[in-house]
Amino acid sequence: MALVSDAPAAGQKTERIARSPFSEFRRRFVTRLGALAAGFFLLVMLLVALAAPWILPFGPDEFDYKNTLSAPSAIHWAGTDEFGRDIFARILNGAKLSMFIGFVSVTIGAVIGVIAGLLAGYYGGWLDSIVMRVADVLFAFPGILLAIGIVAILGAGLTNVIIAVAVFSVPAFARIVRSGTLGLKETTYVEAARAAGASNVIIMFRHILPGGLGAVIVYFTMRIGTSILTATSLSFIGLGVEPSIAEWGAMLSTGREYMLAGKWHLTFFPGLAIFLTVLCFNILGDGLRDALDPKLDDN
Amino acid sequence: MLQYFLRRLAALVPVLFLISIFVFLFIHALPGDPARLLAGESATQEEVEAIRKALNLDRPLFAQYVDFLKNLATGNLGISLRTGEPVATMIGRAFMPTFWLSVCALAWSVVFGLVAGVVSAVRRGSAGDHAGMFLAVSGISMPNFWLGLLLMQFFSVHLGWLGTSGFDEPSDLILPSITLGAGVAAVMARFTRSAVIDVAREDFIRTARAKGLRERIVIWKHALRNALIPVVTMAGLQFGFLLGGSIVVEKVFRWPGLGSLLLDAINFRDYAVVQAEIMLFSLQFLLINLAVDMLYGFINPAIRYK
Repeated sequence: MALVSDAPAAGQKTERIARSPFSEFRRRFVTRLGALAAGFFLLVMLLVALAAPWILPFGPDEFDYKNTLSAPSAIHWAGTDEFGRDIFARILNGAKLSMFIGFVSVTIGAVIGVIAGLLAGYYGGWLDSIVMRVADVLFAFPGILLAIGIVAILGAGLTNVIIAVAVFSVPAFARIVRSGTLGLKETTYVEAARAAGASNVIIMFRHILPGGLGAVIVYFTMRIGTSILTATSLSFIGLGVEPSIAEWGAMLSTGREYMLAGKWHLTFFPGLAIFLTVLCFNILGDGLRDALDPKLDDN
Repeated sequence: MLQYFLRRLAALVPVLFLISIFVFLFIHALPGDPARLLAGESATQEEVEAIRKALNLDRPLFAQYVDFLKNLATGNLGISLRTGEPVATMIGRAFMPTFWLSVCALAWSVVFGLVAGVVSAVRRGSAGDHAGMFLAVSGISMPNFWLGLLLMQFFSVHLGWLGTSGFDEPSDLILPSITLGAGVAAVMARFTRSAVIDVAREDFIRTARAKGLRERIVIWKHALRNALIPVVTMAGLQFGFLLGGSIVVEKVFRWPGLGSLLLDAINFRDYAVVQAEIMLFSLQFLLINLAVDMLYGFINPAIRYK
């Protein structure tokens, strides 16, 4: 939040003089109750997932051969799988994993993209041309296809999935930051900083970057949802994490055969978890965007 | 127009050339030895070497690349390491199922998304608009493999109306194409809605209303036609997205298409097939982008290519 509070001041004119940019932001954000609810849901899910080992009676990898494929009940809220493992515990483990993959991969993509976009926008010239052409090429490929290609080369596994998902986040961040930088580097305060003798690095990171951060935060939020979707898709088609790991996509993949035999809970609950998580990230991102950019407010 | 088209078509050649180098090098960087894989666990070193020689895998990388290009130019895509069949035959067999799946998915989702988007824009702020847009966000957030499994669970397992895997009769297309198109329909609806809202603010719309045209004509003829340019771009981008999505959906429905072929090939390190498929996917993607550019000229006479 601290990052957000000083971000909206730059890059847009606040016409209502009485309100500070932050109170303006807060007013808009609070009106987006949906976004608040989505953020709250994600927070609760993360906390419960982290606390799961202490509050749940079952671990995600505990076998129970007397209780295989049992339907949801008061003891096993989402039923058990073919090895008698508690599906609810596995879903919570999957939540931890998916949040981790989403957050880490988008952070890697954002850091690389932001630096590339900042350099391209600030220095211009051949550097700009190269960065933007590479971004265009990466952008042109459908994300999942690119990710499949990368995993096909590097092999499956957690680290490679993170790399594959990170790569296709880079170009969008580069574009957003570049276009922000182009506008901000002409502003008076950047000129003043330069006149005061600030180095290029200080100008870029201290004076220009905060101005473009609002758009980056919005995109960051939405991207986590997309990245979780891609990572679970990769696991579903067998190119993600080990199939035995309690991960949402992998659970759906192994659950398919049992679903055909009438055991719906093996696929229903993990899928619901992916859907709700991605939905909440998208709603939160929409809300943040509306709150940070009054121009888009069309209500 | 024709000249422009031919020039753009020619410009694809160097791009494809570049992609072919990348694909070739990357594929050869793959871990795992295909000759060993093909010979089996129990094969002796001599047997593995014999297979390596027979497949030309022992030649220098550059020579293998030249062979690859030469064969590509003559339409010879090589022999599958896994089945011993010509790759062209395998791709030929898998192409039509994927083609039908993508076309059906794109057709329903674009039409549905367009209509839903315009209706939402016209009734902006109404309960129907809010519900529609919530549905659209849900569609974007929905993992398509879960949607596929849910549909299969209900229509195939519970009601027993439709099959669960393979492509034997036209009705087998229904569930996979609904699954594949859902995300696209959602994106199209959202995008069309905002494009129509943008256009509706323009002066010529006010003029059209002022001269007494009926609202229906104003919206569907004047507003939609102008909103269509960004919408067509989006539809083109979505077709690329469909190509990627079809790989996942084909896995759900055990569809005998290009996606299943690619996944099998990746799992088996079947170089020839992976190479050919990635080239094919890239080519399709480039051609779609070109087709989208050409469509602009038809939709908006103000943009005509010299």
